[in-house]
Amino acid sequence: MTSERVIGDPQRNRASNQEPVLEVSARKRLGTFNLDVNFHAGAGFTILFGASGAGKTTVLDSIAGLTRPDGGKITVGGRALFDSNSKLDMPAWKRRIGYVLQDLALFPHLTATENVAFGLRELSAASRQQRSEAMLRAFRIEHLRDRRPAQISGGERQRVALARTLVTEPRALLLDEPLAALDRPTKALILDDLRQWNDTHRVPILYVTHSHEEVFALGEQVIVIAEGQIVAQGLPHEVMSVPRLETVAQLLGFENILPATVTSLHEERGTLTCRVGAGPVELETPMVRAEVGSGLCVGIRAGDLLLATEPPRGLSARNIIPGLVRKIERRDVIIAVLVDCSGTDFEVHLTLAAREALQLEPGKNVFVVVKTHSCHLMTAI
Amino acid sequence: MNWEAFWLTVRLAAIVSALLLAIGIPIAYWLTYSRWRWKFLVEAVVALPIVLPPTVLGLYVLMALGTRSPIGRYWDKLTGHPLAFTFEGLVIGSVLYSLPFAVQPFAASFSAVDDKLLRASASLGESTIGTFRRVVLPLSKAGLVTGFVLSFAHTLGEFGVVLMVGGNIPGVTRTISIDIYDQVQAGNYSAANQTALALLIISFLVLSVVYGVNRRTWMSTVGPSK
Repeated sequence: MTSERVIGDPQRNRASNQEPVLEVSARKRLGTFNLDVNFHAGAGFTILFGASGAGKTTVLDSIAGLTRPDGGKITVGGRALFDSNSKLDMPAWKRRIGYVLQDLALFPHLTATENVAFGLRELSAASRQQRSEAMLRAFRIEHLRDRRPAQISGGERQRVALARTLVTEPRALLLDEPLAALDRPTKALILDDLRQWNDTHRVPILYVTHSHEEVFALGEQVIVIAEGQIVAQGLPHEVMSVPRLETVAQLLGFENILPATVTSLHEERGTLTCRVGAGPVELETPMVRAEVGSGLCVGIRAGDLLLATEPPRGLSARNIIPGLVRKIERRDVIIAVLVDCSGTDFEVHLTLAAREALQLEPGKNVFVVVKTHSCHLMTAI
Repeated sequence: MNWEAFWLTVRLAAIVSALLLAIGIPIAYWLTYSRWRWKFLVEAVVALPIVLPPTVLGLYVLMALGTRSPIGRYWDKLTGHPLAFTFEGLVIGSVLYSLPFAVQPFAASFSAVDDKLLRASASLGESTIGTFRRVVLPLSKAGLVTGFVLSFAHTLGEFGVVLMVGGNIPGVTRTISIDIYDQVQAGNYSAANQTALALLIISFLVLSVVYGVNRRTWMSTVGPSK
């Protein structure tokens, strides 16, 4: 058992022999939606990341036995829960998969203690009492013992729901955005409790979220799902900022999409420099896993760009590019300015007032200011 | 006031509503969770007594219980007396007659239990039946009370089925409503009035209990389940 754990250390997600591995291969068709995933998760956190409707919950439901995949195989620690080849479909209640739903589903007619003891019906009354008491203490909610869910606050309800699931000692734990509704400090505290529990109970934990922030905060293995398919897998910094994340649908919002070639990497400050288009313009962008010379695409929202009529000084933005106003167009309440920066065009959106203040006219010399984090990198298209 | 008829009626209603609790829960369970495509037919059959004239229902029950039917013959062989025009026959007829008044509130309250709770229970290792017992039933308390009380009240006031199946045998099948009818036939209006008033008050009290427990409208619990 490896109990020494360091946040962000990829090693601990690699299961050793004794630790159960969750292996999932599932296909399911729901109308036009097609789920087809194939992954395994070792002991510790694995984050399932994706937009809502990407199929994350269907994956969890399939593992828990609450929905039946059309085909595939699901095993935990080598034991099959579902196998379409041998027509095995173990009922949910026999699987011993802990599942905490986003809206918790605490039993409204039971007290916190009774909720926590719910899954322990096979134990004697005495040990049931003892186990649930210990769990309430571990999650620091012993004072809620006799309260019903309606009388318990949000963050504490989350703890009751987690305690209720963990006390059954599941062979794998599925968390469907269980902390989405919580403020950051409460979330961090609960995650700490979960990590502590996971130190002594080395089971795979699948943690579903659609929040970028949460993925980086957890710093664990990430599986990115989009439209029912796994599109990337790895550590957050490897997959989250990597080009492929932006799909065609996400590209649609960007007015500026420019081909780019990586010219240098600055690992120490988490950025890279790339040459945009054929011209001399260079941009400093967030770091992605890319090599010098590789071709990418930079997407920048026109509304994220700034214009200056004089070279700005004392500015945090890393990219200040001189250019020439080519065209000014009024679209409703937005002024779209096309700036030619030595052969590379940028579309910049300004307010009516900004145009007045800058007295922009075609032919005027300006500076386009680009914040590093306004640059979104994508695979070359 | 004919106390013999009164206690007979209360006994009948109590037995019928107790039986309906036992029979109605499994039927309502099946109606709530079955995914059988012809389920709606069963739902329609269960709801039939609401629209059918009690005499029609009574006639069929009488035919089914009579000595010419297999059920009636079997009962005769088993107990030595026929089923029609007995208290037992009355119980059977009344159970059928009041079935929807128990099953529909039961089913409505079962299906009102949030599906997420059932999923949570399953993932905590509880079987389907166990989940029903530990989650669905406790959360359906109001519907169970409603169904019990409504079937009690409904049996209390039944007339047509009783007349068809039970006849009018004092102490055996003569219920309050039959007694009132008899008294009116005999021109005994003040006695009829007394008994009728008693029935009215009891029915009112019973329905007050239903409303008090539920604070929901009668139609939403008795009306067709979703």
